[in-house]
Amino acid sequence: MDLTILWAGIIAFAVFAYVVMDGFDLGIGVLFPTFKVGPERDMAMNSIAPVWDGNETWLVLGGGGLFAAFPLAYAVLLPATYPLVIAMLLGLVFRGVAFEFRWRDPGHRALWDAAFTGGSLVAAMAQGMILGAMLQGIEVANRAYAGSWFDWLTPYTLLTGIGTTAGYALLGSTWLIWKLEGPAQDHAFRLAFRAMLATGVLMAAVSLYNLFLRPEYRDKWLTAPEIVYTWPIPIMTAIAGVALWRAIARRREVAPFLLSLLLFLLGMAGLGLTMYPDVVPPDMTIWDAAAPHRSQVFMLVGVAITMPLIIAYTAWAYWVFRGKVGADGYH
Amino acid sequence: MFEGLDALLLARAQFAFTVSFHFIFPAFSIGLASYLMVLEGLWLKTGKSLYLDLFKYWLKIFAVAFAMGVVSGIVMSYQFGTNWAVFSDRAGPVIGPLMAYEVLTAFFLEAGFLGVMLFGMEKVGRKIHFAATCMVAMGTFISAFWILSVNSWMQTPTGYEIGANGQFLPGPSWWAIVFNPSFPYRLVHTVIAAYLTTALAVGGVGAWHLLKDKGNAHARKMFSMAMWMAALVAPIQIFAGDAHGLNTLEHQPAKVMAMEGHYESHPDGAPLILFGIPDSEAGEVKYAVEIPKLSSLILKHDPNAPLAGLDTIPAEDHPPVGVVFWAFRVMVGIGFAMLGLGLWSLFARMRGKLYDWPLLHKAALVMGPSGFVAVIAGWFTTEVGRQPFTVYGLLRTADSASPLDAPAVAGSLIAFVVIYFAVFGMGTWYVLHLMGKAPRPHEFGVKRGMKGPIRTAGITPGPTQNPGHAERLPDSDPTDGAI
Repeated sequence: MDLTILWAGIIAFAVFAYVVMDGFDLGIGVLFPTFKVGPERDMAMNSIAPVWDGNETWLVLGGGGLFAAFPLAYAVLLPATYPLVIAMLLGLVFRGVAFEFRWRDPGHRALWDAAFTGGSLVAAMAQGMILGAMLQGIEVANRAYAGSWFDWLTPYTLLTGIGTTAGYALLGSTWLIWKLEGPAQDHAFRLAFRAMLATGVLMAAVSLYNLFLRPEYRDKWLTAPEIVYTWPIPIMTAIAGVALWRAIARRREVAPFLLSLLLFLLGMAGLGLTMYPDVVPPDMTIWDAAAPHRSQVFMLVGVAITMPLIIAYTAWAYWVFRGKVGADGYH
Repeated sequence: MFEGLDALLLARAQFAFTVSFHFIFPAFSIGLASYLMVLEGLWLKTGKSLYLDLFKYWLKIFAVAFAMGVVSGIVMSYQFGTNWAVFSDRAGPVIGPLMAYEVLTAFFLEAGFLGVMLFGMEKVGRKIHFAATCMVAMGTFISAFWILSVNSWMQTPTGYEIGANGQFLPGPSWWAIVFNPSFPYRLVHTVIAAYLTTALAVGGVGAWHLLKDKGNAHARKMFSMAMWMAALVAPIQIFAGDAHGLNTLEHQPAKVMAMEGHYESHPDGAPLILFGIPDSEAGEVKYAVEIPKLSSLILKHDPNAPLAGLDTIPAEDHPPVGVVFWAFRVMVGIGFAMLGLGLWSLFARMRGKLYDWPLLHKAALVMGPSGFVAVIAGWFTTEVGRQPFTVYGLLRTADSASPLDAPAVAGSLIAFVVIYFAVFGMGTWYVLHLMGKAPRPHEFGVKRGMKGPIRTAGITPGPTQNPGHAERLPDSDPTDGAI
């Protein structure tokens, strides 16, 4: 078994776990101003207060895991997207403290609500743009970033940034459908419908743009025999999209969130397949960037032991706070 | 504004600034998590509601401090890559896995159980809730274990090989990397520092409320517990610090020379310089107040033992002496002040005046924040003392940075400074506000909702009692948000 491929899979899993779990937290942050001040906003925030910290930890695993398993990719990607990474981190500072500060200081509630939304929006945009900057390729020379200041700012990265934000809004609104009831839930249904349309259009746009981004990408998606492996993904994405539409239209409570997760999984699989075997396109493959065998084995032992436990107690924490969140916290 | 400052210096300033800010919060939350575990354990064991009240009182403060620790910590986990790319590429195969272990074994544990610890007491019952508190406390300790192992490896690297591409690669034994020579000492010294910092903060809060009302049973209890910690742990810390210093002398002699201000070698017994002004240009400590032979006695256990100075080390390998010299004195001075306070409290206890001696309480109040100053000073001592290397003796700081231009780093540094002071300044204010409220019977927890701050703010009318929870613990504080 090639441990480098396994590690690429583990990092991809961590990124996926982060994107969907903190994705709905950030999405709720982005949509927060559309909820009424008072119980609606309190419930929206209370629905994620017990779990946001755990969700965000997957981001640390994604970053820390990349550092450990693909140190060269970590050392190239982060300087290449420096302003985006700093903006994301500062956005997450505002978003994270808002959870506590909002309740400590009702006199400045509006300020911390704005910090919650602003921080979430900046973090979501930055994450999407980092993804775009990776996909469009990063210039590397002598094991270091060799591009210029604003390589990360292109129409394509803006598109991936907006697309990611819309996708997070979809996750956030469908999570709220699950967790809320009454008029607030009605509002979440309306938001989910709009976010679904936006996400669908933007996913299609990014997919089409990818075909023109690099010839390698186009070959992968448009020439035989690769298309046998690649085309099931867009087909399944379309099916999931239709199912999501129906689930929202029929006012199902749990299905919209699960189908949104599926949509994200397929989207990420598509992008991962587009990039593979590069970790930093166009020239750095996962094998170029991989940590030595001893590092891979040492960490693999840790992952094998801890990951089942992490998933188990994370699931338990969600179970403890299952059900609808009432105006007074959980009930 | 930044003309003449190079990108390297700015990157160092940014790392120093963000890590110093970050370190304040874990130094508090490591100790506080353990204190909460003790309080909840005592409550379960004795059934005295006093302990539950104290638990809830400090849990609210913990929630705010922990949130600030989390968000400032994520910055650190990415800053290795953003600003120290060459270091990350070269050292990643060795220290990356240790940091991955920190995430896997500590961060998930803390984060996974934190929600239950903060909001879940009514949902899971007392015993499981206590288990969650223990998990959070254990997570904070495991986190310290791994990150201090990483830091220690940068100070005293062992167990590595150098690869063809210049990377540090792990040797056959991870044990040799994780348990590098300075790690055990640094771990003990730092974790005790976190406990002492928390004890002094708790003691300061207790003293404040005793000054206002010496009959407050809750304030008495927290003050008494904190003073026991100061009296028992401060002496242990002084011994641990001494052992750590001897270990540093063995592995990083230049750092100890800077701490001591020994520019020159002393072939027959080195003096202990108490105070003075180090002048690296002239290579001497000006206006030095010194005790002859004492430094040799402390470091070599022989007053006449020769002690080498910085003159035996090439100038390009000298750490900045002034910062290390002063930071070390601040740390040691505070350590002895803590010992003094602890001894004073023992004396007061013996005479039955522990709760009735305003001068002692005032001293404890002044000493409340001293632990934070001491840990930052200690951190400066060890980190600046490692210069001019990132991996000691092997990789220079000047060769470790990302290929970023000065204005980019200057921009991010300004953003960090402005936002950290604003956000964490507000957070600290909230913590102080919580500390300023007297602990009392039937303390409220951190659960929040319509019964909490919102009613106080007058937006919605007061709700009726929740009929489903007749025996529920009062969990939201009607005056919680009134700042």
